[in-house]
Amino acid sequence: MTVPPDTETTGTPEASVAIESAPKEPARPVGLGVIGWLRWGWRTLTSMRTALILLFLFALGSVPGSIFPQRGVDPDKVAQYFANSPTEAKWLDRFQLFDVFTAPWYAAVYLLLFVSLAGCVLPRALSHVKEIRRKPPAAPRNLLRLPYGEAFEGGLTVEEAAAKLRRKRFRVVTGPDWVAAEKGYLRETGNLLFHVALLALLFAVGAGGLYGYRGNVLVVEGDGFANTVAAYDRFMPGQRVSAESLTPFSFTLKDFQASYVGSGEKMGQPLDYSAKLSVQDTPSSAPRDVDLKVNDPLDVNGTLTYLIGHGYAPTFKVTDGKGQVAFDGPVPCLVDDQATYTSECTIKVPDAQPTQLGFVARFLPSTVPNGNAWVSIFPAAVNPTVQIIGSFKGDLGLDSGQPQSVYVLDSDKLKPLGKMSAQPAAPLALGETRDLPDGAGKIQFTGVKEWITLQTTRDPGRLPALGAAAAAVLGLVLSLMIRRRRVWVRMTDRKVTVGGLTRTEGDSGAFSEEFAELVSLLRDSQDSPDSQAPQAGDRPAAAPVEPSTGPDEE
Amino acid sequence: MSSQVNTGLATLSDQLILATVLLYLAAMIGYALELAFGRVRTVAAAKRQPVAVGASSADVLPSADVLPETPREPEPEAWAVRAGGIAVVLTWIAWAGNLAGILTRGIAVDRWPWANMYEFVVAICFAAVTAFLVLMTRQPIRFLGAFVTVTAALGLGFAVLFLHVQAGPVMPALHSYWIAIHVTAAIVASGLFILAGVCAVLYLIRNDDRASVLPSRKDLERITHRAIVISFPIWTFAVIAGAMWADRAWGRYWGWDPKEVWAFITWVAYAAYLHARATAGWRGKAAIIVSLVAFACLLFNLIGVNIFFSGLHSYADVPS
Repeated sequence: MTVPPDTETTGTPEASVAIESAPKEPARPVGLGVIGWLRWGWRTLTSMRTALILLFLFALGSVPGSIFPQRGVDPDKVAQYFANSPTEAKWLDRFQLFDVFTAPWYAAVYLLLFVSLAGCVLPRALSHVKEIRRKPPAAPRNLLRLPYGEAFEGGLTVEEAAAKLRRKRFRVVTGPDWVAAEKGYLRETGNLLFHVALLALLFAVGAGGLYGYRGNVLVVEGDGFANTVAAYDRFMPGQRVSAESLTPFSFTLKDFQASYVGSGEKMGQPLDYSAKLSVQDTPSSAPRDVDLKVNDPLDVNGTLTYLIGHGYAPTFKVTDGKGQVAFDGPVPCLVDDQATYTSECTIKVPDAQPTQLGFVARFLPSTVPNGNAWVSIFPAAVNPTVQIIGSFKGDLGLDSGQPQSVYVLDSDKLKPLGKMSAQPAAPLALGETRDLPDGAGKIQFTGVKEWITLQTTRDPGRLPALGAAAAAVLGLVLSLMIRRRRVWVRMTDRKVTVGGLTRTEGDSGAFSEEFAELVSLLRDSQDSPDSQAPQAGDRPAAAPVEPSTGPDEE
Repeated sequence: MSSQVNTGLATLSDQLILATVLLYLAAMIGYALELAFGRVRTVAAAKRQPVAVGASSADVLPSADVLPETPREPEPEAWAVRAGGIAVVLTWIAWAGNLAGILTRGIAVDRWPWANMYEFVVAICFAAVTAFLVLMTRQPIRFLGAFVTVTAALGLGFAVLFLHVQAGPVMPALHSYWIAIHVTAAIVASGLFILAGVCAVLYLIRNDDRASVLPSRKDLERITHRAIVISFPIWTFAVIAGAMWADRAWGRYWGWDPKEVWAFITWVAYAAYLHARATAGWRGKAAIIVSLVAFACLLFNLIGVNIFFSGLHSYADVPS
């Protein structure tokens, strides 16, 4: 935001009282009183220098957001940080460095910046409206002394010159023997549009946060999901979201397929994921088949569901010591190694008798023996096996009321079954059953399913944000590419002088071409084409004199 | 999705890139010879007085016809000028080799050839040289040649030595037409930013009180500004396109992923440059330094983020 120069001189407010009481130091508002201080504060805040400093702080403040894990992005990593270096983490947390982008100090920076921006843009918008309605100023006396000037002989009339400039989309005013023309008002319009669009973007993002929600859920093949708060594993609503406002769609995951590079250096790299869903947009509507892919979310009335991750859920059948089937179903396993999809599984059997059972197992999708051990060499389930690493009996702690992760065994009240051996036993192949020690029953590896993680998002701010961003780009292009320029033509006794200047600092060089074109346009169709280039024309065209902007300019 | 790779073409692409590095170096030598033995510019044409052009008081113009005649220079050695001309031709050939290297890689893997760090850096070097060559057809900026070609050669060499991975298919997240929009815009903007960065460094080196082969600070400043003015909206667009892609792929348009954070920081830093340039007391050297800070942010975002942070952009496939 280029601030009108009068606000640049921060200190000298018109309050004459202040100047009387502190004539030596007009820059410091000593004895200004409340109003004066407020005025001084406002001027300081809306000055370009403050905006610049705030911009730097804005950038600087974002840096820790990339260095430290962020709760909003990856809460698990933050927990890990706390576990690894608790003292450091505690101090970092005191400065909200795990929540940089929602931290009050960060908000303070960008809110000040945006207030500064608003305080700068609004007065400028008003003066721009006036500017647009103002006529181009009358021609100065000596046009050849302008940054661009040329003279030639010819019988150009005021009307002709005006018509030609108008055809070039100049705004034109005529006098008795002169024409004044101006063009490029869109520059300031674009500038203002850009800054207003940034404000709009901020509001759109904020509104999206308030009225939108995000939820994550894990679904195993064959299972379904209905869009209710309770169905999510993790639900992050905005402050203005009620449970009833969720779009009432539901779906069943029929099948999930992943394909991988089968050979070569990139063996095992994923190629494509595809989840086949049967979706009901409302409880009463007919189901439709949807092929959910990365980069292609499911859209139900503006609520979007994304395929985020996947993994294996081997199915087990556990028969307890009394011969009853105590567990029969899939167990989603956490992916331990993305390259081979070796996964860690925790099987909890709370219904087993006489005591509850728990297992820690490793799932190997493509098993090959490797010395005394077994490893997976490929992410697809080519030769799936399950290695039981630990079997436990006792109290799983599920009834204690304490929330616990489904992926971790709470081993406080658990005892290992049988003797723990250093060598893990050979893995179970598909369909294989193993008897548990101490007559605790048996466990069978019955099949392989896959799970997917989904993210459901509703963000009413996304389209307004897109609109604001598009407007910002448009405004930026206008304000950076358009030059505000003025051209005057004066005719006296068959002598025509043309003068021009740009009101944009810095890149006035590029105006020379357009100016030369305009001159030749004005000269064209003249009966006497011979012209003289006066002394001003000798200047190197590529580097004309910089016009410093006048008091009423940017 | 096919995982077929045309290995013959992929190898050809690697060889083309190697040849391009050598050609850029040869061009650099040509430009350097011209700089060393060619025309020396004098002390930058005397300080011109700023002219106050008021809307109403336009007749008070302490004008600029106070320019002293620039003293005539001894004519430069003819062979030095010819070396510069040959360097331009070499640059065009190297440019074509760079382009061919990118195209053959793309055809070999049947996708857009800028999906990992190696391909990305190769494309950015290409964009920087393209920006230089295009700008040279309109402006007298041949003096930049040595610096642009050496930058491109270093960039390509770095890519070949440290970033090279075999041509191959990419992650499912990259199967999107957005790669054509988002990454292309980022590459074009980065190429122009490199040009601006080179000019800004030269600005700091140039001492206006001494004769030099470089143009005046004012001209260097103008070229820097021009390049940033063109690339800043493109960068803005690249960031927005990235947000739109993230909205398709990750379920949110902005999530403060490290790459997003640094793209944002880079954007703010370049915005700060544009503002600094319009602020009294910041024009000139201070603004140029701001532009270099922004350029450092850009480079860190392109390379550092992929190496130091893990995030959603980590499929950039940097060999470890």
